[in-house]
Amino acid sequence: MSTAASLEPSAVHPGDLLRIATVGLRSRRLRATLSALGIAIGIAAMVAVLGISESSRAELISSLDRLGTNLLTVQAGSGFGLGSGEGLPTTAEAMLRRIQPVEAASSVTVVEATVRRTDLVPPTRTGGITVQATDPGLIGTLRAELADGEWLDDTRAGLPIVVLGSVAAERLGITDVADGNLVWIGDRWFSVIGILQPVELAPDLDRAVFIGEKVAEDEFGTTASPGTIYLRTDPDLIDDVRDVVPATANPAEPDTVEVSRPSDALEAKAAASSAFTSLFLGLGAVALLVGGVGVANVMVIAVLERRSEIGLRRALGATRRHVSVQFLTEALLLSGTGGVAGALLGAAVTAGYSVLRGWEIRVPVAGVIGAIVASILIGAVAGLYPARRAASLSPTDALRPV
Amino acid sequence: MLLRDVYKEYPGDPPTPVLHEVSLAVQPGELAAVVGPSGSGKSTLLNIIGTLDRPTSGSVHIAGYDTAELSDDDLSALRAREIGFVFQQFFLLSGMTAVDNVADGLLYSGLSLAERRIRASKALEEVGLGHRLNHDPSKLSGGERQRVAIARALVGKPSVVLADEPTGNLDSHSSESILALLHSLNETGSTILVITHDREIAAALPRRISILDGRIESDSSAELVR
Repeated sequence: MSTAASLEPSAVHPGDLLRIATVGLRSRRLRATLSALGIAIGIAAMVAVLGISESSRAELISSLDRLGTNLLTVQAGSGFGLGSGEGLPTTAEAMLRRIQPVEAASSVTVVEATVRRTDLVPPTRTGGITVQATDPGLIGTLRAELADGEWLDDTRAGLPIVVLGSVAAERLGITDVADGNLVWIGDRWFSVIGILQPVELAPDLDRAVFIGEKVAEDEFGTTASPGTIYLRTDPDLIDDVRDVVPATANPAEPDTVEVSRPSDALEAKAAASSAFTSLFLGLGAVALLVGGVGVANVMVIAVLERRSEIGLRRALGATRRHVSVQFLTEALLLSGTGGVAGALLGAAVTAGYSVLRGWEIRVPVAGVIGAIVASILIGAVAGLYPARRAASLSPTDALRPV
Repeated sequence: MLLRDVYKEYPGDPPTPVLHEVSLAVQPGELAAVVGPSGSGKSTLLNIIGTLDRPTSGSVHIAGYDTAELSDDDLSALRAREIGFVFQQFFLLSGMTAVDNVADGLLYSGLSLAERRIRASKALEEVGLGHRLNHDPSKLSGGERQRVAIARALVGKPSVVLADEPTGNLDSHSSESILALLHSLNETGSTILVITHDREIAAALPRRISILDGRIESDSSAELVR
C-alpha cells in the first residue's frame, strides 16, 4: 500500500492562475468594469491633482526664474499719517542707484492727463487708464516684453510717442501698431509705437500708457518726483538692500517709504495652490477608498454566486490555498486594472489641462507609480476577506444545490 | 477502493447519524450503481468516497491511500489524480470552450496548458464530441454538456469516476446515450460508480448496491466486505 508521502501535491502554473482569475471577470464584464471604474476614478483624481499642481508649480518656478526674485518696488506710503502725499523726493532714484548691489533702477511718474481714443471721447471716460512718464530702462528693469512694436528710447524722449500696457491697449481697442494708431493724451495726438505684454511683476502697469519723461515735462509740466521706483539688485543681497532703501530714498522721512517684493506674491500663490493640492488629494483618497469598498463588495458577491465553481474546483483537486489565491488574484486584477486605467486617465487630464493653459506637461512619475501601488494594495485588502471566505467553504457545502 | 465500517454523523444536538457501518469494496474495472431513495445517505457516501468529506469513524482507502492519514492538501492532490467527478448539474464554466472545460480536469495536476488541451481533445473525442471542441457549453444540449463533464472526469485517467445522478437533468433519450457511454467507457477500463435514486438505471448496470437509511441493504455482488 502506498504512503501519503508518494502523493504528488496539487499544483497550478502561475499563468493558469491568472487565466482562471480572469474567467469570473470575463463572464461578468459590466460588473467588473464598473468596480474597476470606481478605483480608476479615485486614482485618476489623485494623479490629475498631482500632475496639474506639479505642472502649475513648474510654470510658476519657471516664471519666477524668468522674472527674477530680485525686484524691489519702492513707493511713497499712503494712508493716514504716512508722509505728505507728495511722492518720493526727486533725488530718490539717483540716491537708490548708488546703493552698491542695485543693478538697475527705473521709475514711473503719474502724468496729470487722460488718454482717450480720439478727441471726440469725453474727458471723463478715461477707462481707468493712467498716463505714466518713464525712462527707457523700465522695460529692462521689469523684464517686461513687447507684444508688438518697440519701446521708448533716449533719442525720442521728447517726441509725442506712447507705448500701451496690455489692458490699456485692449480698452483703447488697439491690437497692433501697424496702422499708425494715434491716441489723444491731454490735448494732443500721440502715436502708438508699441504694446506691452502683461507685466507679471507689476500688474498695475498693464492699465497704464507710457510716455517719455521729457515730453511729459514739456507738455504736461510733470515734475521729476517719481511715483514708483523699481530696483533690480544682486539676488544674494536683496534683504540688505531692502533694509537701507527707505533711508536712502527719503532720508528726511524714511518711515513714509514702502518697499515690497512682487515675487513674494507669486511665491504665495504657489504656496496657496499646494494647500489646495492637499485638499484635493484627500478627496481623491476618499474616492479611492470608496472604490476599494466597491471591489470588496463585488468579490463578496462573487464568492456567494460562485459557490458551485468553488466546489467544482475543490473536487478537481484545488487546495484551499488555490481557491483563496484565485479570488485574491481576481480582486488584484480588478483594482490593478482600475489603477492603471486611472493613472492613464489622470495623466491624460494633466496633459490636456497643461496644453490648455500653455504650460509644460509634467506627469508625476512618482505619483503614477504610487497610485498604481496603492490600487494594488487596496485590491489586496479588499480581496483578502472574500478570498478567505471562499477558501473556508467546505467542498460538500459548496457543491450542494441551493 | 475500500470502505470499512464507515460511520458518519452530522454535528448537532443530538447528532444526526447518516451512515452506519458501511463496508464496501469496488475493484478496478467495475461499473456499479449505488441506489437508494433521497435521504438514504447515498450523497454522503459519495462525498466520503470522493474525499470531499471525512467519515466520523471507519476507514476509507482510495487508490491504495488511507484517507485518514492524508492532510487536507493531500486529499486535494488525491482528488486531482485519482478521482473523477460527474455531477447532476454538470458544473461547466461558461465563457470557456468545451475543450478548456475538460482541460480544467487536469488544472491542478501541474501539466502545461498545451498538454492539457491535447489530452482534453482526446477525451472529448472518446465521448463522441470531437466536433464540439470549441463550443461554449451554453451552446450545447444537455446530453452534450454531460458528455463534456464526463470527459472532464476521465481526462486525468482517475482510479475511479463518481457519477452523482448523471442523468438526473436529462431527457430519456439523452439518459440512454449517457448510460451507453458509461458502459463503453467501462469496457475500455474505467472504474465507474454511479449514484442514483432511479432503480431502472441501476438495473442496467452490472452491480447494484442498494442503500437505505444509511445502511447497505443489498449488494448484487458477493464481494460485500465484512
